[in-house]
Amino acid sequence: MTACAIHQPPGRYRFRHLARMEWIKLRSLRSTWLALALAVIASAGIAIATGGGNTTSGGTFVSYALVGMLIGVLLTGVAGVLAMTSEYTSGTISATFAAAPHRLRVLAAKAAVVGAVALITGEAAAFLSFFAGGMTLHHGISAPALSQPGVLRAIVLTGASLSLTAVFGLGLGAVIRHTAAAITVVIGIVFVGGTFIGQTDLAIRPYLPLFIVSHSLGATGPACLPGMASCWLSPWSGLGMLAGYAAIAMLLGGLILARRDA
Amino acid sequence: MIEVRGLTKRYGSTVAVDRLSFEVPPGAVTGFLGLNGSGKSTTMRMILGLDAPDAGHARIGGQAYRQLRWPLREAGGLLEPRAFHPGRSARAHLAALAAGNAIRQSRVDEVLELVGLESVARKRAGRFSLGMAQRLGIAAALLGDPAVLLLDEPVNGLDPEGIRWIRGLLRSLAAEGRAVLVSSHLISEMALMADRLVVIGKGRLLAAATVAELSRRAPSLEEAFLQITGDSAQYQARNMS
Repeated sequence: MTACAIHQPPGRYRFRHLARMEWIKLRSLRSTWLALALAVIASAGIAIATGGGNTTSGGTFVSYALVGMLIGVLLTGVAGVLAMTSEYTSGTISATFAAAPHRLRVLAAKAAVVGAVALITGEAAAFLSFFAGGMTLHHGISAPALSQPGVLRAIVLTGASLSLTAVFGLGLGAVIRHTAAAITVVIGIVFVGGTFIGQTDLAIRPYLPLFIVSHSLGATGPACLPGMASCWLSPWSGLGMLAGYAAIAMLLGGLILARRDA
Repeated sequence: MIEVRGLTKRYGSTVAVDRLSFEVPPGAVTGFLGLNGSGKSTTMRMILGLDAPDAGHARIGGQAYRQLRWPLREAGGLLEPRAFHPGRSARAHLAALAAGNAIRQSRVDEVLELVGLESVARKRAGRFSLGMAQRLGIAAALLGDPAVLLLDEPVNGLDPEGIRWIRGLLRSLAAEGRAVLVSSHLISEMALMADRLVVIGKGRLLAAATVAELSRRAPSLEEAFLQITGDSAQYQARNMS
């Protein structure tokens, strides 16, 4: 064709190029670092405030120390939403899709980058909460060791939940596109909805995101207690359930991205 | 080279673009002229694969936009004046787009210098004036050194010096053998900038000719434009009243 079109490199744009693009986008916004720092600080801060004071034995310590992670779940959920909706509100989305018209590949690259960053944040927050909470314990009560049954699993899985809610938020952001509306839905579903429905409907409670994080992922004891109407999900089933929610949100987001005009 | 064939877009019962066909040849600036709301932006969005046509197709170098191997290296577009995040620096915005198409990062500094934004490249782009925002959009369009350029109302918000700058830039890009499509509703600007004109109204093709041919139809190019678009303007006025 024309003279200026001949120096094209071989191949075509791939997932790895888009992952780099999304990583540069994410890291170049101050709001990203603010949300992530807040997630870690709030989680550890609440662990310090509640972990030692409420703990009566080493067995209950882990779930008290990790209770602040629920704030982290919300913050990374919001960060996931923003990774998508801020492109629509600012108009960046047309530049993004002009660079990469394969929209599902863009969404996958975003999910990988946002998910990985939220995973690192989540694990940092979870371990920090555990150790910070341990320092506040009353005399005579000792924090459980990481080697005790279920302790390491509870910390790692609770940390991982931040990654899944970030991806969940990203998927919903692709469906809803408006920041305020999408955040309302995420907070409404994950937080308010989960808590209120869980208070009235005990049968559905084990499947609600916030209860999964606090009672399944963070649990070190059995999922069923004597006299309980329904059991909590086991830690791994709980993680699977959260992954399922994220997958559904991503599927809907992908469908809408592919079909609707940018 | 851009080819548009029978391109059609409907929004409900409104036909925004109506069986539109035209070509944008390499080595020339093609002005895309029409009143506001005549379907220019929608057409450009469809060429860049952002909106899906209801019928017809657009091709860039013989390929649908979605098939391009390195889209930014083949076509560059300026659609909205502020298609960037206000909290991100101009440099980071361009660096991200460059990474997406494996464009070397030193090219980011080259285009920043080319559009005259190198001194504010690390500042938050949300504080840019409209003219600076347009320059950043032009930098993004030029990032991949593409053979095809599409610019929607690029002179909006530019001061007289900026307008003269972009006129010279587009002319030199065309002289290098690129196909350049520039939309505007300003006939006087098009007279200075374009070699050829594609005139549309109500989403339909009204005329496609060189500036010289169109000027010969009437005492001035402006007269010719008003004659050509007269029908659609009357139609719009009737609909509004």
